[in-house]
Amino acid sequence: MTLKVTLITGRTISQGVNLENKTSSDYMEATASCELNTKDIELLGKPKYVKIRTEYGDVVVKLKENSSNPSGIAFIPMGPWANAVVDPDTKGCGMPGFKGIPAEIDATENKVLLLKELMARYKQ
Amino acid sequence: MNVITDALCPFCGCLCDDITVVVEDNKIIEAKHACMLGSAKILGHCRLGGNNIETHHTIKEPMTRVDKNSNFKEVSYDEAINEAAEILAKSKRPLLYGWASASCEVHKKGLLLAEELGAIIDNTASVCHGPTGLATHEKGSPSATLGQIKNRADVIVFWGCNPVQAHPRHMGRYSSFARGFFSEKGRKGRKIIVLDVRKTDTAKMADEYVEIQQGSDYLVISALRAILSGHADVVPASVGGVLKDQLVKVVETLKTAKFGAIFFGMGLTQSKSRYKNIDNAVSLTFDLNSFTKFVITPMRGHYNVTGFNQVCTWETGFTTAVDFSRGLPYYNPGETAANDVLNRNEVDAAMVIAADAAAHFPANSVRRLAKMPLVQIDPHWSATTEIANVVIPTAICGIEVEGTAYRMDGVSLRLRKMIEPTHLTDEEVLERITQRVKELRGE
Repeated sequence: MTLKVTLITGRTISQGVNLENKTSSDYMEATASCELNTKDIELLGKPKYVKIRTEYGDVVVKLKENSSNPSGIAFIPMGPWANAVVDPDTKGCGMPGFKGIPAEIDATENKVLLLKELMARYKQ
Repeated sequence: MNVITDALCPFCGCLCDDITVVVEDNKIIEAKHACMLGSAKILGHCRLGGNNIETHHTIKEPMTRVDKNSNFKEVSYDEAINEAAEILAKSKRPLLYGWASASCEVHKKGLLLAEELGAIIDNTASVCHGPTGLATHEKGSPSATLGQIKNRADVIVFWGCNPVQAHPRHMGRYSSFARGFFSEKGRKGRKIIVLDVRKTDTAKMADEYVEIQQGSDYLVISALRAILSGHADVVPASVGGVLKDQLVKVVETLKTAKFGAIFFGMGLTQSKSRYKNIDNAVSLTFDLNSFTKFVITPMRGHYNVTGFNQVCTWETGFTTAVDFSRGLPYYNPGETAANDVLNRNEVDAAMVIAADAAAHFPANSVRRLAKMPLVQIDPHWSATTEIANVVIPTAICGIEVEGTAYRMDGVSLRLRKMIEPTHLTDEEVLERITQRVKELRGE
């Protein structure tokens, strides 16, 4: 099934630890993921990877459980994978929409793009 | 072996100044007192660092390429600086972005280059606490130093921020657990309130957790202000997903504080209503000062993101997002911030320094950066490197270069040089680019 959520992005300590270590698998592990609560994960059929779609793009990331999230709230650590789907509109104050983006989540078999592959998409 | 005491940690806005660094043969082998974030920065990311040597991808030599899909070619500093200057001098609308992981001395050089080029200069506050600056214009900033808060605060509010993950030593050094002159009981003498849209690790440590429906912060702040001013009767039974009873309870705690401090993060600056959330939170702080003493402080992210705003303000009159194209500084976030000009496809060349725009900008902006001549100045290989044409590695500020940085509360502190650099400093590179730009323009 397709899960409709509100997407937020933000800092985590693992993202911060690897902030200047962007080409590592540790950075990818820390940021190319989406956190949902157990109930939402069960609704998706407990997949390993999910595809997140918003009006602004789509991205495949690993699914992680975080029981502290309310139902319908998806969290992706800030970084290139989150930013593939955030709202670019700065709402007249210079700040894009990094939080509160309507999104749809589906289970997927597709692989998570490496940082290099993700950036290569923008050069085409 | 050289032991440096009271060194500053060049990672987050806490700018902890109690780090003891042990250096052996120009390698840092220990960083005592540093948190996970600080240790990773000081030990792991240092070219000549200790245990984690070679695990982090620093840039060894300057590199250039014409075609972004081809491999980089290593070149001399002279060649890279010349190419960077040519890109910027030829540009009609250049953007100079970043500056968060660099000292104030670097910021000053950057502003001189921006003025010379007639460029737009913006820092990472643009995607962090930029809206806080706008709210300060509207309502002011009733704040205090972290020292005052540590020594006096008995009620602490964390709104839309998660220091356990983002500022790991904040609660121990300055807020929740800190023992001070009038707060000798530390955590036992304080009430901690956390307002957020999900139960973060910080929320789990609170006395009172208020879960807000995402995007409803402005409503909740307004409800608190209504209750505080004696108009609880107009507040509905539930506001932004929070029951009125809980809001009344929170107001009672805030009113009866001897000294209260509100810390806020991107939960307010990046959510619906953006700077108006902070505008309203500052008004709440003013309202609370009718009953007791209350202050409000942003949780600034990078160690010297605040410093750029200070330097930019004393040099141009504005905090960031300054456009020099008119020959005079012009500022209007929403029009002149980095993502504004990238969204409008106005910029034809960019320089990213001491930050990673490609990792932290929305896809639309990264797509634009990927299709224009792009210069990167940074010690580390990042997402921006992947889309750059010219890459100039520099010494790491706060580790290989000393300088000035501003803590999240606006207190300036001196970064220590821990080891000898192996690369040119940001200041040297910027000076040489500026000089070359002048030569290319026949000045």
